[in-house]
Amino acid sequence: MGKIQVKPEVCIGCHLCEIWCQVAHSKSKNIIKTFLYEKTIPMSRVVVEENLPLTFPMQCRHCQEPDCVSACISGALIKDSASGKVIHDPSKCVGCFSCVMACPYGNIFVNEKTREIVKCDLCEGLDEPYCVSHCPNEALVYVSDD
Amino acid sequence: MRKYDYLIIGNSAAAVGCIEGIRSVDKKSTIAVISEEKHHVYSRALIPYYLEGKIDRDKMNYRPAGFYEQARVSLFINEKVNGIKYEENKVCLSSGEFIEYGKLLLATGGKPIIPPIKGLDKNNVFTFLSMDDVLKIEKALSSAKNAVVLGGGVIGLMAAEVLHKKGLNVHVLELADRVLAPVVDEHVSCIIEKAFNEQGASIHTSNTIQEIHGKENVESITLQDGTSIPCDLLIVGVGVSPRVELAEGTGMEVNRGIVVNKKMQTTVPGVFACGDCASIYDFILGENRPLPLWPNAYAGGRVAAFNMAGIEKEYTWGTSMNSMHFFDLNIINAGLNISYSNSEYEIIHTEDENKKTYRKFVLDKNGVLVGLILAGPIARAGIFLNLMRKNVDVRPFKEELLCENFGYASIPEELRWTLLKDDVILGVV
Repeated sequence: MGKIQVKPEVCIGCHLCEIWCQVAHSKSKNIIKTFLYEKTIPMSRVVVEENLPLTFPMQCRHCQEPDCVSACISGALIKDSASGKVIHDPSKCVGCFSCVMACPYGNIFVNEKTREIVKCDLCEGLDEPYCVSHCPNEALVYVSDD
Repeated sequence: MRKYDYLIIGNSAAAVGCIEGIRSVDKKSTIAVISEEKHHVYSRALIPYYLEGKIDRDKMNYRPAGFYEQARVSLFINEKVNGIKYEENKVCLSSGEFIEYGKLLLATGGKPIIPPIKGLDKNNVFTFLSMDDVLKIEKALSSAKNAVVLGGGVIGLMAAEVLHKKGLNVHVLELADRVLAPVVDEHVSCIIEKAFNEQGASIHTSNTIQEIHGKENVESITLQDGTSIPCDLLIVGVGVSPRVELAEGTGMEVNRGIVVNKKMQTTVPGVFACGDCASIYDFILGENRPLPLWPNAYAGGRVAAFNMAGIEKEYTWGTSMNSMHFFDLNIINAGLNISYSNSEYEIIHTEDENKKTYRKFVLDKNGVLVGLILAGPIARAGIFLNLMRKNVDVRPFKEELLCENFGYASIPEELRWTLLKDDVILGVV
């Protein structure tokens, strides 16, 4: 497994990574359908930090020794030894937010209304992370381990 | 005699942290777990969620059904350890069987504290720690109407909320003058007490049980202030004390908990300890103390595992930390709980009473963040814990800490990119 890295100097703050992250986690995977017709629009797993003119996106780092996994009381967060991914199983999550307390990057995001959390899954099941492939200025890159 | 390279006594977060740690670096060696309880590894922290009906029994499992087999762990379940011959590397089970070990981890957890009050041995008095407690409480719930919860700490309040949601009349008794006094300040105690009172659950502070009435069952309780309340379900949720009986009288250092160094080694060679039974290094205090909290148990077990496997690693990022919620009010605290600025500490805070939001930070003389409390919005709280762990002087941007949308963009450039050095690529333009 590799990881997504960011080039803050070329991020133009367009927030398209957030939009395409939502599309990637929608039912239809279609940008129009996601925002116009789907019952619930998924939350983005990547967030663009802003302190203008500075902008840069952040998402789960899939840490080698993840603090969120240590903190998780339900076993919903695990470090998959085969893929190296930090995986979140929403069906096991109780919304205690211990992971939010633990993540050093602040990259586990909270849906206050539903008391659910979301995090980057590196676009599981898709060919490539959408935030990377759809960044118009190549500010996000996927760096492979090998 | 059976022999294992790694033997773990206990079967909760600390044990799982150790098993997963060992297996991440050593696929071959033999591991055994001795568990006093008869259940598959479950999460004690989920007890309130289960009782409330949010999750079923299966979801109480902390790891999936095939966990031990997959990790190739031999499981001694429903087995008690009678004693340990540390000089011979042997554990004696209550069945009389001896088990030999290469390295040993004591992850025996904590036991509920039962205050010296007459009548706490009656049938309808329960602790709130184990699966067996849960099953008994579940049974009692069907007929109970009036619950009393002894203890206004995290356990007591979570129990109280569930019982209230189950339709019982609930009274919480707290000996201190406010709830959660060890972990939050007066202001947040007050918000929490208000939340409970608004919902109709009574909180009695500076008060406790004077007398318990009833024959085999508790029927009513007289409080120290003379109030009498009906009670047919009494939960004792005062806290836990480290289980150190396997260390006592052996020469192993015990100071409230089993004393370990940063590598989680006890004072007996080859023996490690972690989780609720241990006294571990608190990086904020710079000294050891029991830190019976889930993240410390798992991470401590994992660090112990590496050292047991011969890879040196220190657990230097543990401290007091809680993520709690009461009636949808989220609260996160970490590090020191200090109420007012003094010569040692500077306090900065912001609050909005209407929105029930509160943010408070404790800075030491060097401007390093040593404590925090967030109530209401808790997004990205881990960044603060990271600043604490990295010993960062936050004074140049301390006002920013109080903003709800605080993030890495709020941190001065040089420090920001140092903290994110593995995650960003700079110098491309």
